[in-house]
Amino acid sequence: MSDTILEMKNITKAFTGVKALDDVSLKVSRDEIHALVGENGAGKSTLMKVLSGVYPHGDYAGSINYEGSECRFHSISDSEKIGIVIIHQELALIPFLSIAENIFLGNERAIGGVIDWHKTTSAAGELLAKVGLNNENPNTLIANIGVGKQQLVEIAKALSKKVRLLILDEPTAALNDEESSKLLGLLLELKKQGVTSILISHKLEEIARVSDTITVIRDGKVIETLDNERHQIDQDRIIKSMVGREIVDRFPKRESRIGEEVFRVEGWSVYDPVIEDRLVINNVSLNLHRGEVVGLAGLMGAGRTELAMSLFGRSYGKRHSGRIFKDGKELQLHSVSDSINNGIAYLTEDRKNYGLVLIDDIKSNASLASLKKVSRGQVINRGLEYQATTDMQQQMRIRCTGIDQIVESLSGGNQQKVVLSKWIMAEPDILILDEPTRGIDVGAKYEIYTIINRLAYEGKSIIMISSEMPELLGMCDRIYVVTEGEISGELDREHATQESIMSCIMNHKRGAI
Amino acid sequence: MSTVGRLFKNNIRQYGMVIALAVIMIFFQILTQGIMFKPMNITNLVLQNSYVLILAIGMLLVIITGGIDLSVGSVVAFVGSVSAVLMVDYQMPVLPAMLIALLLGATAGAFQGYFIAFLRIPAFIVTLAGQLIFRGLTMSILQGQTKSPFEKSFQLLAAGYLPGMDVRWGSLNIIALATGLGASVILAVVILHSRRTKMKYHFEIVPLWLDVLKIVVIVAGINLLTYKFAGYNGLPIILLILVSLILIYTFVTQRTIAGRHIYALGGNEKAARLSGVKTNRVMFWCYVNMGVLAAIAGLIVAGRLNAATPKAGNGFELDAIAACFIGGASPAGGIGTVIGTIVGGFVMAVLNNGMSIMGVSVDWQQTIKGLVLLLAVWFDVYTKTRSQSH
Repeated sequence: MSDTILEMKNITKAFTGVKALDDVSLKVSRDEIHALVGENGAGKSTLMKVLSGVYPHGDYAGSINYEGSECRFHSISDSEKIGIVIIHQELALIPFLSIAENIFLGNERAIGGVIDWHKTTSAAGELLAKVGLNNENPNTLIANIGVGKQQLVEIAKALSKKVRLLILDEPTAALNDEESSKLLGLLLELKKQGVTSILISHKLEEIARVSDTITVIRDGKVIETLDNERHQIDQDRIIKSMVGREIVDRFPKRESRIGEEVFRVEGWSVYDPVIEDRLVINNVSLNLHRGEVVGLAGLMGAGRTELAMSLFGRSYGKRHSGRIFKDGKELQLHSVSDSINNGIAYLTEDRKNYGLVLIDDIKSNASLASLKKVSRGQVINRGLEYQATTDMQQQMRIRCTGIDQIVESLSGGNQQKVVLSKWIMAEPDILILDEPTRGIDVGAKYEIYTIINRLAYEGKSIIMISSEMPELLGMCDRIYVVTEGEISGELDREHATQESIMSCIMNHKRGAI
Repeated sequence: MSTVGRLFKNNIRQYGMVIALAVIMIFFQILTQGIMFKPMNITNLVLQNSYVLILAIGMLLVIITGGIDLSVGSVVAFVGSVSAVLMVDYQMPVLPAMLIALLLGATAGAFQGYFIAFLRIPAFIVTLAGQLIFRGLTMSILQGQTKSPFEKSFQLLAAGYLPGMDVRWGSLNIIALATGLGASVILAVVILHSRRTKMKYHFEIVPLWLDVLKIVVIVAGINLLTYKFAGYNGLPIILLILVSLILIYTFVTQRTIAGRHIYALGGNEKAARLSGVKTNRVMFWCYVNMGVLAAIAGLIVAGRLNAATPKAGNGFELDAIAACFIGGASPAGGIGTVIGTIVGGFVMAVLNNGMSIMGVSVDWQQTIKGLVLLLAVWFDVYTKTRSQSH
């Protein structure tokens, strides 16, 4: 354990005057899983970019010692040459090339520039077996396998480069529980074979379970390094160190003020937009009261997002049937603008692709769904728009240089607040929130919960979709369980537990209700 | 960073382009021994390039949505040929013939826009097909011949000047001078008024001296220009059309809901759709608009040549596209301004004009223009990556 493979000493890296890393030192022992945790923007990714050579030597102050000698990387290929491989959050695989081609991309098995396909395929097969993908054909296109398997292919690719130190940035963010545990199992397996890992993750439960050492970074500084060899550290201990204070309650308290029924869906069915005879949502009925927060629980792929989007002006699926009522009146919602005009809003689970115009500023993003409210006729009143969005920025506490900051440069939590601002500005009565806290740090999560509670208190009705069960249990007045596109159970606050939700999922037989 | 510093950094691309234009003009002024800034040359510069600039405005909207329109040169010829048939062969009066021509342009745009926006066929392919289709139709309408002459009033549209050409003060046309002064006053009032509105709503505002400097520079520019026109035949009618279009489209893109929807569509179509923007419809109307502007350009080209020819408008689409990109539009969509595009168009125009006066051969002109386009876009990418990494 005392054998050190990597030591980063006094690393300081600044961006135009702002110190992203301030005198950071990190020591990683051989054959351990070293977790790096911290809120978004704390400096974890910057540190890893320094280590892997994305920021070349000379761009930062401090030194890196690997296997006892000092390293001066000028690019990623320098660090890869000596066995340091980084797997980024956004996977760097090419969808229309095969698994084998991706594994050896830039590192081709070739003789004089001509690819040796036989060798490529067989070597890829061996690597796939090492990461537990024995049954996968190396010639399958990347586009045809799921995200979980893609992540494993990335690891296989790293193994092909004779990796000694593997860096994973949020590897499980897009994976479900089963895929995650498979991936973490593989890391433990690799550890035995002599591969050291640095793991960045927001999922503290995973961290506590698999890591041997935990380093906490806050505001560009190392706060502490915790020894977790016997897995004695729990989540609350890590959170305390991350945010610098004890979070007494992960979910802020709310006094429920539930009123009359405002929204009802009856017998809602939707077919797949591509495979048109595939029923995705089958005969779903649900209702929602004023001031109520209702959760949609379920496994990944159960159809929760599809259900929500199909209700939101039929923005998902084909051949919709069923009825939607609001305040007792039946609605015909054929487009997103119909929905918005009738006071129904949907916050997407994928803020970068479906929620934000990344190249635009905070102001234009926030006002996009409610331009009519700040316009006279077709002409935008820039003063009103400025005022309304500034109010929103202050109310939501979006941390920025000003509302003309481009949203691409905001942190995940602040981006999410911009999307939320957009929908709050549209003044909906019913707000569907799809994974509102995905990929954002603990502090920002708490702020989002507080906002949700405030909205409910003001009499808005909220449908909340989340894959984190504790979040649903902590926030919702009532939970519907969605299984294979059907409602498999309805649980009120007293009866909802992780076990009762899972038993709804497990005991559900398709078409039984 | 100070407000001024940030303002400059955020707008370095635009200021850079304006400065580049000024430098190029002065450069040619010296090389051509003063011909560049002669009243007649300035007037010709506007007359010769107005139609490309009009096309560039329409092209900008298309490019902001993330598309492209390769058919505009052919639509220019097509509209010109039909209006020639109507006015020359059938003796139709000018006004109804022009209306029909505009409608025809809109139809051509709608035809292509339908395939692009609703059937989702890539714009490059649809408009490449359109380029062939409308060129082919032009040739069959004209049967390979040139059709002329047009009526005098129609020619005036493209080659005429405002009435009162002889009202002069010394050798200068008074109407042109007065227009320049009037425009200066209006501009100053508008800028100061918008400053007051910003203060009312507590916007972050630039220091007063910067706004004053802005007014001084623009007023000097306007009056220099009108002074030049005054020294020749006065204000060309085409200039007024061009200026009106610039003002209208700047307003539409910057100040209206429709404009905001166009930028959002180009920036992220999926997010725009989920925010209630009717993305298909917005995209469709951008191509219809392009068709109408191509029709206006077609009428001007026909009027200026006083003839409809099968080869009219050949290659105009490339000039219009180049103007947009030199002016800072992004090929990926979502970015670009009308003013930037006009400046970009003038950079190309001045290069053309200056090199022609100097007697540079056409082949070299092409090469140099190509290099300038490359340089401008490289500068764009360079400043962007720099501002990201720091």
